[in-house]
Amino acid sequence: MSIFSKYEGLASALASVTAGGGRNPFDVVIEKPISSTVGLIEGRETLLFGTNNYLGLSQSPAAIKAAVAAAEAYGVGTTGSRIANGTQGLHRQLEERLCAFFRRRHCMVFSTGYQANLGTISALAGKDDYLLLDADSHASIYDGSRLGHAQVIRFRHNDADDLHKRLRRLEGTPGAKLVVVEGIYSMMGDVVPMAEFAAVKRETGAWLLADEAHSVGVMGEHGRGVAEADGVEDDVDFVVGTFSKSLGTVGGYCVSNHAGLDLIRLCSRPYMFTASLPPEVIAATMAALTELENRPELRTRLMDNARRLHAGLQAAGLRTGPQASPVVSVILDDVAVAVAFWNRLLDLGVYVNLSLPPATPDQHPLLRTSVMATHTPAEIDKAVGVFATIAREMGLNRAA
Amino acid sequence: MSETVASVSALIVKTLLANPKVPRDINGSSKIVEDLAFDSLAVMNFVMEIEDTLDVSVPLDRLADIRTIDDLAACIVSLKQAS
Repeated sequence: MSIFSKYEGLASALASVTAGGGRNPFDVVIEKPISSTVGLIEGRETLLFGTNNYLGLSQSPAAIKAAVAAAEAYGVGTTGSRIANGTQGLHRQLEERLCAFFRRRHCMVFSTGYQANLGTISALAGKDDYLLLDADSHASIYDGSRLGHAQVIRFRHNDADDLHKRLRRLEGTPGAKLVVVEGIYSMMGDVVPMAEFAAVKRETGAWLLADEAHSVGVMGEHGRGVAEADGVEDDVDFVVGTFSKSLGTVGGYCVSNHAGLDLIRLCSRPYMFTASLPPEVIAATMAALTELENRPELRTRLMDNARRLHAGLQAAGLRTGPQASPVVSVILDDVAVAVAFWNRLLDLGVYVNLSLPPATPDQHPLLRTSVMATHTPAEIDKAVGVFATIAREMGLNRAA
Repeated sequence: MSETVASVSALIVKTLLANPKVPRDINGSSKIVEDLAFDSLAVMNFVMEIEDTLDVSVPLDRLADIRTIDDLAACIVSLKQAS
């Protein structure tokens, strides 16, 4: 018996996706980014509508210049963990910059956003504690819960009343209760009602962690995320985020006003047992953070673009998520139809993400798009036009 | 507490049968993943429905040991008794 025999179901599911000559949607190669909005795929210039690069800063000239200068000055890697030889002056500078940006006293920088959730959640919620997770939480949150041995209870997606009910059931039980929500949910682009969750946190004495991976740089007057936009930052004990969305690089962080966060450095395995971020990434991230702070017009343009894409796809007769946010997903009913639609989009020069159940809410396949501040109105209109053409070809345009 | 494993098991079967995709011949010894063809997400969502009906929370780590409908019923009864 092969060690891979347990994946036979996966192999047949993948074979059905690629049957009839379709591409493997999980093996797309962007041969070369031409700009933040256009990449070379299969030798063709393709509009990028699935990169999470919300402010277009992966191609920021200032960030590129900073990365080159840092590599020349410090080399290209640290070859060590944050708790051994992997903390350089730049790591401390970045943590101080993030403290200042979020107006918090403590910050830990991780090597990826995935590790930031894994390392924070697993260390905060120990085996005698309770973790209360939104049902639609990202995989990094679920994986963090498995690494930490806390008792894990799910509550209904974006439903603060349901959370309250589940916390009430835990009244009188020992152990800390840590609630985890996301600012913007990555599959449907829907926004958390943070003020409602903050009220439940205040009433019940639970701790609140907000993963603002998709909302920092996107929401709030200063780009600090949904907690800022809702005026409840004081109620959020821990903010976790990533550099690989609006900041255009890679890495993750947790910020907090709780001094105990510094102890987490010594018990968070995903922080301790991996190499730290290389100098050029830190330098590029700080340059991107400066742009995020100094160019609020990027956020305005991003949301204008999000509304244009959301309205355009709806006008094309396609079903989308409820809110215009930088993640706009087209919801389909049938996996085979979604796969064919996704292949046709790429044929016609538009790249989006194909998201399939069970990674999606409610078992629906999604054509998940993400929009950027750097998309021009003409690029958005062109993408919407391609969606509309395919919807007509496939008979999917509902009463358009 | 009035719930017994048998009464909770019967309630779970009744709840499951409300879903037309579930086979009609299920009983307490039916295996949730194999016999009902539920994936991990479907199991978690189904358990959430039962939690609301019985006003109990089933921690996710407890699900790892649950194979049959009767296993789930026994877990829920023990959680109710503990609370």
